[in-house]
Amino acid sequence: MGGYTAFSVVAPESQSSTRFFTSIITLEEVPVAKQAEKKNTESPAELEQYYRDMLFIRHFEEKCNLAYRQGKAGGYMHVYIGMEALAVGWLSSIKKGYDNVITAYRDHAHALLLGTNPVAVMAEVMGRKAGTAGGKGGSMHIYDPKNGFYGGWGIVGGHIPLGAGLAFASRYRGDNKVTLNFLGDGAANQGVVYETLNMAALYDLPCIFIIENNEFAMGTRLEYHAADTELWKRAIPFGIKGERIDGMDVLQMRKDAQRIVDWVRKEGKPYLVEVMTYRFAGHGAADNDRQLYRTREEEEENLKRDPINRLERILIERNVANEEKLEAIEAEILDMVEKIYAEADASPHPDVEEVYDNIYSDMTPEKGH
Amino acid sequence: MASLMEMTYREALHKSMVEEMDKNGDVFLMGEDIGRYEGTFKVTRGLFSKYSHRRVIDTPITEAGFAGIATGAAMAGLRPIVEFMTMSFSILALDQIINHTAKVHYMTNGEVKCPIVFRGPGGAAKQLSAQHSHSMEGWYAHVPGLKVVCPATPSDVYGMLKTAVADDNPVILYENPGLYALKGMVPDDPNYSIPFGKAQILREGKDISLIGYSRMTHINLAVAELLEKDGIHAEVVDVRSLLPLDTETIYASVRKTHRAVVVYEDWRSGGFGAEIAARIGEDCFDDLDAPVGRVGGLNVPMPYSRTLELQCIPDEKDVIAAVRKLG
Ligand SMILES: Cc1ncc(C[n+]2csc(CCOP(=O)(O)OP(=O)(O)O)c2C)c(N)n1
Ligand SMILES: [Mg+2]
Repeated sequence: MGGYTAFSVVAPESQSSTRFFTSIITLEEVPVAKQAEKKNTESPAELEQYYRDMLFIRHFEEKCNLAYRQGKAGGYMHVYIGMEALAVGWLSSIKKGYDNVITAYRDHAHALLLGTNPVAVMAEVMGRKAGTAGGKGGSMHIYDPKNGFYGGWGIVGGHIPLGAGLAFASRYRGDNKVTLNFLGDGAANQGVVYETLNMAALYDLPCIFIIENNEFAMGTRLEYHAADTELWKRAIPFGIKGERIDGMDVLQMRKDAQRIVDWVRKEGKPYLVEVMTYRFAGHGAADNDRQLYRTREEEEENLKRDPINRLERILIERNVANEEKLEAIEAEILDMVEKIYAEADASPHPDVEEVYDNIYSDMTPEKGH
Repeated sequence: MASLMEMTYREALHKSMVEEMDKNGDVFLMGEDIGRYEGTFKVTRGLFSKYSHRRVIDTPITEAGFAGIATGAAMAGLRPIVEFMTMSFSILALDQIINHTAKVHYMTNGEVKCPIVFRGPGGAAKQLSAQHSHSMEGWYAHVPGLKVVCPATPSDVYGMLKTAVADDNPVILYENPGLYALKGMVPDDPNYSIPFGKAQILREGKDISLIGYSRMTHINLAVAELLEKDGIHAEVVDVRSLLPLDTETIYASVRKTHRAVVVYEDWRSGGFGAEIAARIGEDCFDDLDAPVGRVGGLNVPMPYSRTLELQCIPDEKDVIAAVRKLG
């Protein structure tokens, strides 16, 4: 990977210099039999579902970008384009509505995959009353606790202890929930993350810390923000299992995610996973000069790893779909997204009186300027 | 009527927590050295052996981390009581408390509740100097989404802790190291509670209102006693709850006495007393016979020397001087 400093600790198993790992690296034993992973175990229906999910996110996010350009969405808005396989892999591996999920501001995909009403997500992005938070949260703060989704947070790294707290509640109650605690590669440098990793290990919290390593923290490349760019190793000092896996191949992602979710559910212990991915879009909707921090050539190189194209090839290879069917699916999704957009856009803005609602459950602060 | 028992502020707080933990298995304690060591100010004495490590959780020295974990647990429906060894250390957790805990309910438009209590001693103890003597209540009372209470007496801390635990919103329960040993009568009633947003008149008078909270209420009571000798009848208003603030009781007192001095230990400039004074000025202007007086801590980092420290913390002399200044 390059970028090691003279002082970095290089774990024995991780001397590889390739940027993208498709295999698992752990300091301890590899948890589960890897043999099974070689076989094609997915049913055609499953394969089609992953395809639909990824494509839906892609087009939903494109539509969010459009909403931003049209001035219907404002503030900071961050889309998931390029990273779809990651969220699809993880969220298809949990018990939806039972397990907990929490993430940062790049949060539309997680909500959509958990079953949140997409119109409510789009309406929230547009700041409407029908949004998941009645227009009070916006793109960065999508919530759907009924489906186990706890946001949607804007302070980089700040939600990591909250996720561990959700897992703490599981440990306290003795239920069998697993918490997926997503963070970015940039967030992995925040101090509170390490406070949390220590406590997660100390208290045996069933929490999976998933670093979505898309190689950039805004305009700062991984090599410029991390002294040791193998972020999975940050699990080591706490005795937490850690590994780096590929997040651009949805099928591999799905298998790795299921293996890790099952392990955490069974062992009731934390886990840290660094998932290698790449965002194709800018950091946020307001990032309109990506050339400041990466070249077009680099982007083009990475576009070859597009998880959706990759799955398309597999669908065709395995005779799950032909070109016409793929086109029909895409047309269907585009139509769906169009309707979501229109419905959200037709919904009203909040009433001004609502500004005081829900600051507390039982009172309002002093009103007026 | 429940019978009354004499006990210290510390014991009242302890009794209150025990009763709340016995009532509800979702209530648990978290903080540094609160378990095996039984707390820096010994508020949690005996609780680790009574409830075990499951419900009395010793944390590493990671204020942001455990404030956040407790917040997450509250979002999942548990009811944590988090102790800060001193409120000065809660500064490390300000991002969690202000950016996260206080925002849960609003950002989810009421979908997620956050029933959590942060408690601990704030303000000067004795010669703990600049990094251990902060008054933080004004910082917290600045934040919509938090409730902030500063009980001054054993019975109030007993009742307010219960109200705080029952509350579905984040509550900062502000103690003061100078109060723990204070004795008072406390109702022996597990269901006793003191509602938030209700100030109390601890002493009636017609000439001037002395308005304060936490330990300063006791300074005000002593001052009222001294003024009485000069024939000045001071009314002592114990604000108790900063957010929500009971302006009604404060204003009623000012409308009766036509004079007010607000007393707070925090830095005079920008402390919560300034907010109270401003409100009185805005809403009771026509009732006042003199400008609202203010006594706050000196605007300096707390010095170590006892001589200098005492200079910083408002005392009876300072309050009397402020009263005299009003004429
Ligand atoms: C505490 C804090 N500092 C800075 C920011 C501004 N900021 C927002 S996103 C971001 C980059 C985070 O990158 P990463 O964690 O890798 O997540 P990604 O955006 O790549 O998903 C920064 C610096 C912030 N929101 N919070
Ligand atoms: Mg990143």
